[in-house]
Amino acid sequence: MNEVVLVNLPFIVVALLLAVGFYTIGFKRNLIKIVIGVEILEGAVNLFLIALGYVKGAYAPIYTMAPPQAENNMVLPTPQALTLTSIVIGVAVSALMLAFAVNIYRHYGTLDVIKIRRLRG
Amino acid sequence: MIEHLPALMIAVPLFGAFTTPLFKKKPRAAALWALSITAVTLCLGILLVKEVTTKGMMIYVFGASSPGLVLPSGYHVPVRIIFEVDAMGAFMALSAVLMSFIGAMYSYSHVKFETGLEKYYALLLLLEVGILGMVLTGDLFNLFVFLEIAGISGSALVGFRNYRGEASEAGLKYLIVSAVASLMVLFSIGLLYGEYGNLNMAYLSTQIGFNTVDIIALGLLFTSFAMKCGAVPTHYWVPDAYSEVPAGINPTLLVATYASLYALFRVSFSLFGKVTLTMSSVGWIMSVIGVLTMFIGVTMALVQKDVKRLMSYHAISQTGYMLLGVGVGLTVINDPAKMAAFGRDAMAGGIFHIINHIIYKSLLLMTAGALFYVTGTRNLNEMGGLARKMPYTTIAFIVGAAAISGIPPFNGFASKFLIYETSYQLNPLLAIFAMVTSILTLASFVKVFASAFLGPPVEKYENVGEVPKPMVAAMLILAALCILFGLFPNIVLNKLVYPAVDALLNLSGYQTWGGVL
Repeated sequence: MNEVVLVNLPFIVVALLLAVGFYTIGFKRNLIKIVIGVEILEGAVNLFLIALGYVKGAYAPIYTMAPPQAENNMVLPTPQALTLTSIVIGVAVSALMLAFAVNIYRHYGTLDVIKIRRLRG
Repeated sequence: MIEHLPALMIAVPLFGAFTTPLFKKKPRAAALWALSITAVTLCLGILLVKEVTTKGMMIYVFGASSPGLVLPSGYHVPVRIIFEVDAMGAFMALSAVLMSFIGAMYSYSHVKFETGLEKYYALLLLLEVGILGMVLTGDLFNLFVFLEIAGISGSALVGFRNYRGEASEAGLKYLIVSAVASLMVLFSIGLLYGEYGNLNMAYLSTQIGFNTVDIIALGLLFTSFAMKCGAVPTHYWVPDAYSEVPAGINPTLLVATYASLYALFRVSFSLFGKVTLTMSSVGWIMSVIGVLTMFIGVTMALVQKDVKRLMSYHAISQTGYMLLGVGVGLTVINDPAKMAAFGRDAMAGGIFHIINHIIYKSLLLMTAGALFYVTGTRNLNEMGGLARKMPYTTIAFIVGAAAISGIPPFNGFASKFLIYETSYQLNPLLAIFAMVTSILTLASFVKVFASAFLGPPVEKYENVGEVPKPMVAAMLILAALCILFGLFPNIVLNKLVYPAVDALLNLSGYQTWGGVL
């Protein structure tokens, strides 16, 4: 039992982070907190990808100073590459979201999503 | 040259996007530069469509001379980034390049007095890159990257008028929706990668089975793309985004929405082709979402006073027709007799409706932009008697309104008729909803026409005239396309739409890269 939990610990953390992220986006009223919620979701997905990239008994795909038994026993670094791309995209998204939040604060004088509702109907 | 077309389709607008900011002090030059880049991309797009429809699917591999090449270690699954262009992708690419060109032409006059225009055009080209990448790629992770590019540049454009708080509000809404949707896409990509160790869609579709993880991935992908194409119940961002974005971006933003619809179809027909072949419930879900989308969209549209917001609700409602048409096809995909009787025509109706809707809805949103340009308001109650002042805009509006209501001989009639005819054979209730929606659409456009163009002249607008020539030209090109597609639907159907339908249905062709493997 303990073994199962330990092996799947990263995935349990991913599930928890996803839940926290969705809760924050859905129920928080402050725009900055919603932006943080999206960031938490992104962290969850990145952690998920990285956890997938770990193969027990295999070696990191770095040829410099690799031990001899690493020959033909290296993981394919695709999940790491995906994660790097996703982090870069995430930075762009959060920068843009925060820029919008600043601009909204300038025009509405508040960050409360209940009050930021000029567009409706 | 010809074999590099898929890569050039991305490279040319991307080059344009990164060179446009150089024209910082000269907004005119930036506009002309963006216009010429979109024109070049339009030519490339036409070449691509010609190539794909005559010679079949195009495969383009980045970093290798042939797609079948294996790694030196003898690892036998596709690991390279591959562009897989079939008739469906080429069809969407054609809509994207055409609408970016029209949008750039319209923007030349429409946003003349704004600041930061070099960034505007750079983002417009970046949005085009995002759409083209989504529809041309054969790699699941690539799809995510281009989805994010389109989402980020699209929402930056929605918030372009940053002196309006409402624009930032709409932009933030759109950005949060697209960020959450694309993160869920990435999550399901992770699920599929963890299970099969590959990202190539053709290879994945041969592997995918019926286990729980696959069904979760299907559900996540389906929901995320439905969210990004504005299907009910996640349609709330559409009216905000469409009404706040400058009218010159509307055509491209519409295509960006339908690129997600394309991804939805690609996921249902190609990636999970083995699953949907035996589960007709996926098709039923798509049809029912389609009916709900069209009906809820049109009922919300009836009560609007803001002209662009009204048209945006119609955009939601028209998306329902596409979902219904293709959903009917997906429902009967496992039944060859029904497929031949009406399924293929239903899908043709749904896919034909994509390009028709892009054309007439862009036209309508542009006429709304023209009204805003001369009156400075979008409130219908403050307009009136503009028909005599703006004859070309009025003609364009009448053509667009007739097309969206499905009146012959305009293009909306051709595709809607196919959808009525075929969805009736699956379930008469579907067709009844589709027809009622059409009538309600006509009702609300009669209201717009009466309150904006007819009636006594308003004193405030005594001195307004027709909008500048580039805007008129963009609108008249689209109006002409509306009439041409309506008068000769057979040519478009046979040359573009039926090949696209067959490409979606040809699962084994997609899996083997058109016979390359």
